[in-house]
Amino acid sequence: MQTKASKSALFPYVLWIAFFVIAPIALVVYYSLLDLHGNFTLENYKAFFTSVYLKMTLSSFWYAFLITFFTLLISYPTAYFLTKTKHKQLWLLLIIIPSWINLLLKTYAFIGIFGLYGPINAFIEVLGFDPKQMLFTDISFVFVSVYIFIPFMILPIFNSLDRLNPTLVYAARDLGASAFTTFRRVVLPLTMDGVKAGIQVVFIPALSLFMITRLIAGNRVITLGTAIEQQFLVTQNWGMGSTIAVFLILFMVIIMLITGQKNKGGRVR
Amino acid sequence: MKSLIQATIAIIVVTALLMYAGNAMSAGSGKSGKDTLTIFNWGEYIDPDLLKQFEKETGIHVIYETFDSNEAMMTKVQQGGTAYDIAIPSEYMIEKMKEEDLLIPLDHSKIPNMKNIDPYFLDLPFDDNNKYSVPYFWGTVGIVYNPSLVGDLDFSSWEDLWDPSLKRTVFLVDGAREVIGMGLNSLGYSLNSLDNNELRSATDKLIKLAPNVKAIIGDEITPLMINNEATVALTWSGQAADMMYENEDLDFAVPEEGSNLWFDNMVIPKTSKNIDGAHAFINFMLDADSGAQNADFVGYSTPNIAAMALMDEEVVTDERYYPTEEQRDTLEVYKNLGPDYLGKYNELFLEFKMSIR
Repeated sequence: MQTKASKSALFPYVLWIAFFVIAPIALVVYYSLLDLHGNFTLENYKAFFTSVYLKMTLSSFWYAFLITFFTLLISYPTAYFLTKTKHKQLWLLLIIIPSWINLLLKTYAFIGIFGLYGPINAFIEVLGFDPKQMLFTDISFVFVSVYIFIPFMILPIFNSLDRLNPTLVYAARDLGASAFTTFRRVVLPLTMDGVKAGIQVVFIPALSLFMITRLIAGNRVITLGTAIEQQFLVTQNWGMGSTIAVFLILFMVIIMLITGQKNKGGRVR
Repeated sequence: MKSLIQATIAIIVVTALLMYAGNAMSAGSGKSGKDTLTIFNWGEYIDPDLLKQFEKETGIHVIYETFDSNEAMMTKVQQGGTAYDIAIPSEYMIEKMKEEDLLIPLDHSKIPNMKNIDPYFLDLPFDDNNKYSVPYFWGTVGIVYNPSLVGDLDFSSWEDLWDPSLKRTVFLVDGAREVIGMGLNSLGYSLNSLDNNELRSATDKLIKLAPNVKAIIGDEITPLMINNEATVALTWSGQAADMMYENEDLDFAVPEEGSNLWFDNMVIPKTSKNIDGAHAFINFMLDADSGAQNADFVGYSTPNIAAMALMDEEVVTDERYYPTEEQRDTLEVYKNLGPDYLGKYNELFLEFKMSIR
């Protein structure tokens, strides 16, 4: 039932999508088919399937998985307890505020905190252990990334928990379900959409983190993002950089498909 | 809806105020495009007081931007979004920018202070007769280390880096040319090698270094070395000088097998809108006083003889920073490898990075 007016109202959005969504992706695909001298080739795609890039893809996925897992592990209970507090909007605000600070600035702060003479090591020394260099390990990398992503995970989960009708929980308890069963069979399935949204918001950027890999992990962790940056800025091999970007887009589509399916297999409708 | 409109109006008002303030500020120091000079330089690579002095002497307003690799610099100049009037790339990049026709030839009559430069650094192969470039600083690549923490190692040979006692302590710079070049040097090959077998064995040799590598980072290494958080680092001579200025325990060595000798040079990119101002700036930087002041601040080696005469005797005779001409014979200048081999170096560097676990 589209009227002419509503069709023409759509026009700016169609234009926007054409210029800022479709055109850039088309350009990335186009560049991925060019070699260093501007000739058409599939060489880049072949190169992607060499051991270096495959290993890098695997390690990117592994670290993105770890980051998402720990972020979820911390965020779900946090969001859950937030909804139970008295001034929940205020608490939520306090959790969101750190995300107003520039990401790079926060990363630099961690260099100081984790340093050999930083506060954490000072604390360890008080406890009687030898100070350890915590920077440039994969643990510190995962820690900092989790810290950065937590607000983005909490928000969607908080919203879905907040929308949950509390009478459903009371009903489950009345009918004899234990607290755990209620959570597993009522609360969790009904907030699954929030969790999925959170995973998408964390996992996809985590695949292509690049500044933190250098500053905190000292390039001991290499992600696809690092490789794209190198190809564009250092090697100036736009073809290869675009090819990696194409694969990144493909991975993202797959993740969206997996996490996007609604209620399939869910027990509660 | 009402609060949404209010918020929107608030954002627009704040943005407008900021834009007005920004305009007012830039109008205060420079009137039009002709009176500004945009300089594109490496981070921490100039004494900011000199920029102020230049502004005061000439009335030209300076806009200062920094980059962290030659390649990133060239990409930005190529895109042409900003009208850079001065850039300070390294020698191999000047070769490349010449090929791509990104440079404006210099008018030597407007740079009388050229006479202050050591003739050794003029008319080099990457730029005959200094048609496009004037030397800014030069230096080497070597190893900065803390002698009290490394036992008997003195890094007179690259081989010392592979010493098992250095497990997880070595820091490297995040640059393919530097690291692969070091691998090639340690085997006695040229750091401009275009021989696939040599490159392969250099990479294999580097992969054996992996257990000793703590991290591969950029400028962040400076505070780590100063605070004794790092023990051994591959770095540029000037960066080492900075660290040693803050932390007197540190020492610097250029291994005898050879290393890189590099020159950073002032050029005027094709994007320039103020070519006269750019010449004035180059001449100003080549002046004996400002050259000495800048070298003191930055810590790299100056090619300016007149400036060296004004500097601390101890600094300019220190062979770690001002190697004698014989010592310079083991050093090699980077050549432009061309896109294929630059890509190859980067692939190998990536492979090396992947081996660090």
